[in-house]
Amino acid sequence: MFLETFLQNLLNALQWGSFYALIALGYTMVYGVLLLINFAHGDIFMVGAYVAFFIATLLLGQYSSPFLPPVLVFAITVVATMVITSGVGVAIERIAYRPLRRKGASRLYVVITALMCGLILENGNLALLGASRRNFPEMLSKTAYNIGGVNFTNVKLLVILTTIAVFILLETIVRKTRLGMAMRAISYDRMAVPLMGIPVDTVIVFTFILGSSMAALAGVLFATAYPVLEPYMGALVGWKAFIAAVLGGIGEIRGAFAGGFLLGFIEIFVAALFPSTLRDLIAFSILLVFLSIKPTGIFGVSRATKI
Amino acid sequence: MLTVADLHVKYGNIEALHGISLSVEEGEIVALLGANGAGKSTTLMSIMRLAPPEGPVVTKGAISYNGADLLPIPAHNVIAKHGIGLVPEGRHIFGNLTVFENLKLATFARNDKERIGQDYERVFSLFPRLADRRTQRGDLLSGGEQQMLAIGRAFMSGVKFILLDEPSMGLSPLLMLELFRVLKSINESGTTIMVVEQNARLALQYANRAYVLEAGKIVLEGKAEDLATNPEIRRAYLG
Ligand SMILES: Nc1ncnc2c1ncn2[C@@H]1O[C@H](COP(=O)(O)OP(=O)(O)O)[C@@H](O)[C@H]1O
Ligand SMILES: [Mg+2]
Repeated sequence: MFLETFLQNLLNALQWGSFYALIALGYTMVYGVLLLINFAHGDIFMVGAYVAFFIATLLLGQYSSPFLPPVLVFAITVVATMVITSGVGVAIERIAYRPLRRKGASRLYVVITALMCGLILENGNLALLGASRRNFPEMLSKTAYNIGGVNFTNVKLLVILTTIAVFILLETIVRKTRLGMAMRAISYDRMAVPLMGIPVDTVIVFTFILGSSMAALAGVLFATAYPVLEPYMGALVGWKAFIAAVLGGIGEIRGAFAGGFLLGFIEIFVAALFPSTLRDLIAFSILLVFLSIKPTGIFGVSRATKI
Repeated sequence: MLTVADLHVKYGNIEALHGISLSVEEGEIVALLGANGAGKSTTLMSIMRLAPPEGPVVTKGAISYNGADLLPIPAHNVIAKHGIGLVPEGRHIFGNLTVFENLKLATFARNDKERIGQDYERVFSLFPRLADRRTQRGDLLSGGEQQMLAIGRAFMSGVKFILLDEPSMGLSPLLMLELFRVLKSINESGTTIMVVEQNARLALQYANRAYVLEAGKIVLEGKAEDLATNPEIRRAYLG
């Protein structure tokens, strides 16, 4: 009985940890490359969920076809959402951050700009679509399994496995490819990167593409698991993912995953043991204590030798 | 091939170079001498087109290379398209990457696979220490090894013209000599070199020509052997 409850909570923790981890990646990579805390990133997650909503609704409604079974619609939605949302992330970089960088603005201004971009995305959504919630269409028919008293769905499994696959993929990109190496190089010594014949802006755009597409992936998966969308859905989850990134050691890809899962575990297990109204209070108190003991996070180092 | 004409540059509102002119011909080794703060690094960063905050802003004058105007070119293309590289003052090794990754990164803009392979071999034969340490992190190298890596990186970027900013800084006299021998050998296999050097005696021994900068102006120029016997130079730099 105890073991079953534990495993049940473990699965839930892994699922929530996955959402946090996928979003935390974007915070951590952009910080590694630009030393910028991109506070618009949580809202990129929201944009991802909405983009997916529109694509899926169109493909299941107006443009439905017998050749497009729901599973295929889901696959197309995931890919198209990642591409389109990356475009939004890159556009924000171009329009808002790059001009400031060119002018040598201090980092405080860039962070404030990021906060404002997030608010613009939230309120732009509100203005365009209204405050009403949207129901995310079901593309994967949810199947529930029960193994030894532990309940889980195919969606939960998909979320967790996808996140593990993303971890392996990103570690490989950052370790093995020249663009990934350039990302690590920038985080260590920005001045020397152009001296290698590398256009710094290309590396920055690449970083935003990676981060935004992973937030978009989190958006689709989140909406599939919890199919209600509203314009502010990225705010709280985004803040928590940012905390997860710091917890893992900001600038470190492994840190985003470790921090995301750690936050998931603490939240779920605190909720299992204490009344739900106390959940966030206790969870964040634990994190506060953790960070006061190790302020650089799990994998962090004190210098900017990140990613 | 490289021509700098009446170059004025500034950092913020402060002018650092007050109209310098110099030229470097293909195959030469040219030394750039001068006291601390004279503007030697600024000259090299201007040629490389490094952007602020590290690099200065050109306000007047011209920089051209093989007939092309370098002024509108971004730094990464000065390397990738025009083939001029810089080994910066203080080396700027990527300490979080391995020796091999540092070298590989320098090939970012290249796609001549076979030549790249030959260049790795050349770097590892010039600097066997780097071959021994290829999987070690850059920040674990000694100062001398870091300098080798910085030069190796410039070499791997496939450039025909390398600017070096105080490459012998922090090296033992023996390593300094070794370094200049390597530079000579790189030069003999077809790479043009311009080197900023505190050790004027050593530089003049290896260079064909030299310029002397003082407070943002060129005050002397000429053949290395003439400058080596110039009484002013002897007094100021050769002790
Ligand atoms: N990034 C910078 N910002 C402002 N001033 C600078 C900068 N770099 C160099 N300077 C100034 O420009 C002048 C020339 O410096 P530099 O080219 O580094 O001299 P050198 O390399 O000959 O020692 C000095 O007065 C120095 O203080
Ligand atoms: Mg200098």
